[in-house]
Amino acid sequence: MRNFSFTRRSLLGGTAGAAALTLAACGTSGPGGSAGGGDSASIWQLSGQPNETIYQDSIDAFNELGKGSLEVTFFQNDAYKQKIRTAIGAGEAPTIIYGWGGGGLRTYAQEEQVDDLTPWLEENADFQKRFIDSVWGAATVDDKIYALPIGATQPIIMFHNKTVLESIGAEAPETWDALLDVIDKANTKGVAPISLAGQSRWTSMMWLEYLLDRIGGPEVFARIAAGEKDAWLDPAVIEMGNKVTELLEVKAFAEGFESMAADSNTDQALLWSDKAALMLHGGWTFGGMKSGGGSFVQDGRLGFGPFPTIDGGKGELANLVGNPCNYVSLSAVASEEEKTVAKAYFLEGMMTDDVAADFVASGSAPVVTGQEDALAASDDAEYLQWVYTSLQDAPSFTQSWDQALQPTAAEQLLVNTEQLFLGKATPEQFAEAMNATLEG
Amino acid sequence: MTTTPAAPHRERLQLSHLLFAAPALLFFLIFAILPLLGVVALSFTSWNGIGAIEFTGLTSWTEALSRETTWRGLLLVLLMIVATWVLQTPLSILLGTFLAGQQRYRGVLAVLYFLPLLLSSSAIAITFKSLMDPNFGLASGLGLPFLKQNWLGDSTLVWIVLLVIIAWQFIPFHTLIYQGAVRQIPQSMYEAAQIDGAGRVRQFFSITLPQLKYTLITSSTLMVVGALTYFDIIFVLTQGGPGVSTRILPLDMYLTGFRGNEMGVASALAVILVVLGLGLALGVQRLGGKDASASQTEGA
Repeated sequence: MRNFSFTRRSLLGGTAGAAALTLAACGTSGPGGSAGGGDSASIWQLSGQPNETIYQDSIDAFNELGKGSLEVTFFQNDAYKQKIRTAIGAGEAPTIIYGWGGGGLRTYAQEEQVDDLTPWLEENADFQKRFIDSVWGAATVDDKIYALPIGATQPIIMFHNKTVLESIGAEAPETWDALLDVIDKANTKGVAPISLAGQSRWTSMMWLEYLLDRIGGPEVFARIAAGEKDAWLDPAVIEMGNKVTELLEVKAFAEGFESMAADSNTDQALLWSDKAALMLHGGWTFGGMKSGGGSFVQDGRLGFGPFPTIDGGKGELANLVGNPCNYVSLSAVASEEEKTVAKAYFLEGMMTDDVAADFVASGSAPVVTGQEDALAASDDAEYLQWVYTSLQDAPSFTQSWDQALQPTAAEQLLVNTEQLFLGKATPEQFAEAMNATLEG
Repeated sequence: MTTTPAAPHRERLQLSHLLFAAPALLFFLIFAILPLLGVVALSFTSWNGIGAIEFTGLTSWTEALSRETTWRGLLLVLLMIVATWVLQTPLSILLGTFLAGQQRYRGVLAVLYFLPLLLSSSAIAITFKSLMDPNFGLASGLGLPFLKQNWLGDSTLVWIVLLVIIAWQFIPFHTLIYQGAVRQIPQSMYEAAQIDGAGRVRQFFSITLPQLKYTLITSSTLMVVGALTYFDIIFVLTQGGPGVSTRILPLDMYLTGFRGNEMGVASALAVILVVLGLGLALGVQRLGGKDASASQTEGA
């Protein structure tokens, strides 16, 4: 699971100095990097429950099959992100490279550090069909598939507080006008219309992702991600910025949202403590609100739904944005023996029915088909079934922009998004600034 | 090692000096000089962290120097240096002088003042971030509405927040240095001044402050070079935001290198920081005057 609040959490003890740069440059060999033997392969995974146990169990089960052994090493999220890059650069990557698809995968593919898995998938068509269609997009670079889906899906969802909506006499908005109506009613009653941890920047970015999809359809960002010339100058981008301006004008976001940080989950707290009506956030916050929000979720007061459509816009209500799932790739420098073991794991260990059942039990929707019954039997059946159905019915699933773009552009995106939400950049300035990242 | 027949005695001495210094020198060489040379070398390349390292001459340098963020970052870090010095030095000297007294209540206060020294920067940043939360921070906790400000979302206010938090963290350290220095001042000087009829204020300005000259230089060097590398608190608190208003050069270097994966450009920025740091450190030392052997207790 990609847990944003973890991802963005401060790098504890991260002291950058000139020395840090060089240490990274030298490249250190990681634990588990010495997978020498004939029929053993290595994989690095992210630590943190409940996924750590799920992955560990799946690997233990695979190792008992006698098709080779897989050595796993767990890393904390931020540490992993830097380590994997360094390791790949130094030619010491594990056999199986865990990642997020999108822009990062594109870099690996361009540097020929990961194998093209398209031919292998053609041989194993049944395996490919096991996964829900919409998750393959972020694994594809120039029509070739370089990664396989793993884990659970985390779309971005419009959450709402049912109690608050009832008390202000509004319903969960499915159109732009209905959204403005909720904002107006909430402001009149002195409740924050929308909870947003604007200081974290990627939180505001989620609004842009959906706004652009609803205005111009998923094609607009697809062109941006593909690096097409002047793709950011699309009129839909300007209109997206105008909608943000409109939201700021009607005071849509909680007072002081510019200083709210998602690290401490105060945005979620605002929603579950009945201080805000709506919150656009990743599906992973469901678990956070369930454990942190008292009986808010258990009492059925948490509502969820799609992002509203916009009149005259091209994006459908069912289009999703967010993190389809995580991905694994095969290191190009691994030996044939290692690759054989890894491929056996892909087929018979990675996302088996047992693993999928573990994900359901942990409260998330796995990205393989045929989980309806298991989801219906889970504690969070209503929510999980809705997410699972949305995933399968989604005409498109746009990957989170900061994952889909190249790292340099992603960093620029966060800065410019904040400027837009602070009212310090006009929609035109935002578009121009982002368009500059397309060159080179 | 060259042998000079003229001074055999001296040569033996040098050899033993070298042997004693060898472990430290070796560490310095491996962990400071070599990485530094590596960074200098990288600054003449283009490297995204995973592909091949390409030698591209001055490309990374021209790129680094042509970016607006570099110059803004440089300006902001200089602002940071000046502001931290102006804010922290007078307070540290006053607190240090106050705490140098031997009274017991001062000892108790000293323990309290030095508490921030025990906390890591990241812990401090995370704590203050929670305290400043507009909805669940101090403002609502204590029911003090005036504390509900846009602390981290306003580009001016955020600077005040940063400077105060950094001061809160580092003043105790500098206070400790000044406290030790004030205690070193011979009591006889104050007695003589008292006999001459000097009051407390006069004593402070005529004896304490001049006697602290060398401590001031040490403390200022640490402060200036420290401000040049402030990273953790700002990274955790603001990530350089809102927008780019707190993206000081060291943070810019980190984000360029490890977020943007432009190692060449980031290395160029690192070299700029190293040169700036060395220059400032030497400059501050110079301020102390050239005669390093001048007596500190003149007239004592």
